Amino acid sequence: MVDALHPGVLLIVGGVLAGALRGRLRAGLVLAAPLAALAALWALPEGRLWTGEFLGLPVAPLAVDRLSRLFATIFGLMAFGGALFALAQSSRLEVAAALVYAGAAVGVTLAGDLVTVFVFWELMAIGSTLVIWSAGTAGARAASFRYLMVHLFGGVVLMAGIAGHVAATGSTEFDRMALDSPTHWLILAGFLVNAGAPPLSAWLPDAYPEASWSGTVFLSAFTTKTAVYVLMRGFPGTELLVWVGLFMVFYGIVYALLENDMRRILAYSIVNQVGFMVTGIGIGTEMALNGAAAHAFTHIVYKALLLMSAGAVLYRTGERLCSNLGGLFQSMPLTTICGTIGALSISAFPLTSGFVSKSMIGQAAADGHLAAVWFLLAAASAGVFLHAGIKFPWFVFFQKDSGLRPPDPPLSMRLAMVLFAALCIGLGVFFRPLYALLPFPVEYVPYTAPHVVEMLQLLLFSGLAFFVMLGWLKRTRTITLDTDWAYRRLGPALAAGGAAALAALTDALERLGRWALARAIARAAAAFDDAGALARTRSTGTMVTWVALLLAAYLILYYL
Amino acid sequence: MIGEHLPALQVVVPLVAAPLIVLARRGAAAWLIATIASFVSLAIALALFVEVREAGVVSYALGSWAPPWGIEYRIDAANSVVLVLVALLASFVAPYAWRSAAFEVPEDQHYLCYAMFCLCLAGLLGIAITGDAFNLFVFLEISSLSSYVLIALGRDRRALLSAYQYLIVGTIGATFYVIGVGLLYLETGTLNIADLAARVAEVGTERPVLAALAFITVGLSLKLALFPLHFWLPNAYAYAPSIVSAFLAGTATKVSIYALLRFYFSVFGAHELFEVLPMGAILLALSVAAMMLASLGAVFQDNLKHMLAYSSVGQIGYITFGISLANQPALTGSVVHLVNHGVTKTALFLLAGAVAFRVRSVRFERLGGLARAMPLTCAGIVAGGFSLIGVPGTAGFVSKWYFVLGALEAGSWSMAFLPVVSSLIALWYMWRFVEVAYFRAPGPALAGVKEAPPALLVPSLALIAVTVFFGLDAPLTVGAAAQAAQVLLGGIR
Repeated sequence: MVDALHPGVLLIVGGVLAGALRGRLRAGLVLAAPLAALAALWALPEGRLWTGEFLGLPVAPLAVDRLSRLFATIFGLMAFGGALFALAQSSRLEVAAALVYAGAAVGVTLAGDLVTVFVFWELMAIGSTLVIWSAGTAGARAASFRYLMVHLFGGVVLMAGIAGHVAATGSTEFDRMALDSPTHWLILAGFLVNAGAPPLSAWLPDAYPEASWSGTVFLSAFTTKTAVYVLMRGFPGTELLVWVGLFMVFYGIVYALLENDMRRILAYSIVNQVGFMVTGIGIGTEMALNGAAAHAFTHIVYKALLLMSAGAVLYRTGERLCSNLGGLFQSMPLTTICGTIGALSISAFPLTSGFVSKSMIGQAAADGHLAAVWFLLAAASAGVFLHAGIKFPWFVFFQKDSGLRPPDPPLSMRLAMVLFAALCIGLGVFFRPLYALLPFPVEYVPYTAPHVVEMLQLLLFSGLAFFVMLGWLKRTRTITLDTDWAYRRLGPALAAGGAAALAALTDALERLGRWALARAIARAAAAFDDAGALARTRSTGTMVTWVALLLAAYLILYYL
Repeated sequence: MIGEHLPALQVVVPLVAAPLIVLARRGAAAWLIATIASFVSLAIALALFVEVREAGVVSYALGSWAPPWGIEYRIDAANSVVLVLVALLASFVAPYAWRSAAFEVPEDQHYLCYAMFCLCLAGLLGIAITGDAFNLFVFLEISSLSSYVLIALGRDRRALLSAYQYLIVGTIGATFYVIGVGLLYLETGTLNIADLAARVAEVGTERPVLAALAFITVGLSLKLALFPLHFWLPNAYAYAPSIVSAFLAGTATKVSIYALLRFYFSVFGAHELFEVLPMGAILLALSVAAMMLASLGAVFQDNLKHMLAYSSVGQIGYITFGISLANQPALTGSVVHLVNHGVTKTALFLLAGAVAFRVRSVRFERLGGLARAMPLTCAGIVAGGFSLIGVPGTAGFVSKWYFVLGALEAGSWSMAFLPVVSSLIALWYMWRFVEVAYFRAPGPALAGVKEAPPALLVPSLALIAVTVFFGLDAPLTVGAAAQAAQVLLGGIR
């Protein structure tokens, strides 16, 4: 039964058409498609709207409820903002692929069954790979292949899980699952791969920074957040996720602090932020789930804004290393302001969008009397401010003068940045409309005096810490702080130490793995190429010997 | 009137077309006759397919000699699918041959090429349609002999060696098969497959029956290129003319698989042998080796046709994997993959032929930057590659899904991962093509190379479209495959 438009399909069709068109028509189309999708989305009533059959299984490719509408909305908004930002992009493939990618992400959120989830899941992998690929550099091509491998592997795990689930229960319904059978573990693992969870987190910072200046903006939004969405639908309240999430939080912080490439800093920061959401899903109370959903919403906006400002810098200077940048505020004032607003939002500064969402997750931990979790989250907030809130804008826009004097980017990019900066502030000040969209009713009030004061203290002191250690950031990472505030800093410091050791270990393992893989491939190549044992042209005699051997084997086995 | 003789006409039309072509001699007339014969075969196959769906089984006594004494043509859900597949692929290859064969085959041999094509088609259709074990051998030989000639027509001189090797190995295969059938005849006194099934069950596990099973298994495994009996295949496909590799890749091995299915399930299925012997285990081990090793072999080839050929061996591994599991979803997967892979691989070989037509080589070192010169062809190859990998929305995904379900039905988690791991290897080898065609700068070999002419492009891309269509409208193929699986499994006690 089809009597409603599918917003995801609209986006995909728009993307395919955009690939064929040029000029103004194309510009109009890439902007109109996301708006049309949003309009279609909001015209949909709740419920299972499309139902049908695929491979003999009942499917519902279009099903709407509060949660899916929330995610589809932000994906639509993101597609619009990204397309606006990318109008100056010369690659014709990129935006077309990005719209398909966005449409697939919307498709996942509006899927009423696991089979549809899987189909759009794979389409998303292909779309995003094309986005990375279209950057056109050798690094991007290699990265896009590694990226596709990881995602198709994740897809394979997911498919095995879904097939098992369908075989065991006979139902394709996408509902809450308990970790009571291998199938559900596989589904969870497949979801977590896309979330950037350990041990495969590395695909994200590996691939995203290789995309073009506009491609990374798209990439930051969809893959990880659809993973958050499906986790929220399938595995809320799974305790394992709390610890997975916390690991991601600190993994992101440690690596971002050590990183010099501005977009890699922000990519690690995606892992970190998704970690907050995954933790919230693991806690699983209504408040925590609301928090995770709200945080996904706001994070998409401010991370896109941050990456837009980084993209604008890259577009104008061609530089991506912090050590080669600096002092850009003099000639790129608008980019600086927008980047700073993004940085404040990600740090959850009061009156920005991050504040109204992130605090809900912390509050949920407190309400659930999860002291350790609350403590780690609070400590991590300081870490976020360090790596994304200060480090990124400081090194890129302020710091020493690099001598670069690029102008602000073209109008379309400026417009996109201003739009998203306004959203960051708007959501921070007028948070009621966002709260009204959340899956569960919200009674939480973010702006209470103690909360605001606590957050400001946290931020100011970690800001202080940053500038205190700025001079000898390279030499040592020990910081002395007032005992009062030790617990705020001790947490991240301890966790950072542990995580740094872990990071060194995984690094070493990764290097060993790469070396072993390279050797294995070389050996395989030797075995399989024209002259190798397994693929060389055989003499007729050898072939016949094989035939005789196999016949003998069969006969012996049969007679035994 | 004609309606009731459709089963006979299915084979007779292409069979008669061959001598007509030799009489006509002229290239254009030869092509026209071959193409018309292919189309008519397809129409008959479709008519039979529809008839079987309604009637269940269509039995036709050749020369009105009642079975089991006379030769019976017997069409049920299983082989009606194979008939449609073979005739369908012939109908795509024949129009394509107009330009391709003109380019690749010396002009004075055109009529021979088309005559052999029709004979091969008749042989393959015959294997699928016949209900008589010895008649099957005859058709096996018709198709094999004609395919040796077809392969030898390749312009590359290595084609001759490849054809010779295939001839030796293929003859051994056919001989083994006929030895097996002979042993069965000794034990049961009948050659009719349906009749054999009933009598073999009564004979018990006597040695000749065991030997018959072994000979038939090995003989057919040779013809279907089961790992490690696949050595003849890569060179034969790589050096044959493009139309030949395209046609054989999609049909010859698939028809042999059908014959194996018939013997495993319909003839020996009701026999206690099937439970006593580790047949499934051996087949499973070889299938897994094919899925992994042969696919890996494809990764390291430096020639597009070689890569596709190794990929074929790997994909055949999928099909035998499903056969070895022998449950409803797995066998559905096997039958549906038989169709899906046949369509996909033929399409890919047709596109590779288009590349050969323009570039005059399919070696990767000469294809750098090909996508800029031949965008549609390359896009088609990538789309076909998606189906080999099993991306949702392509035919390959449908089969992969059923293999996973089948493995789960067999109660094995580890086995559910085998087809999907193999599909990652497929991604790897397809990526090599992508890297060459899209990322490398165009080399001197591509100077002046244009997109392939419509005469080549239209049939190939249409077949790619069929691949996608089978991926989207899965009930069409899966429904037929599920019925086929049911019929085959019905043979097992």
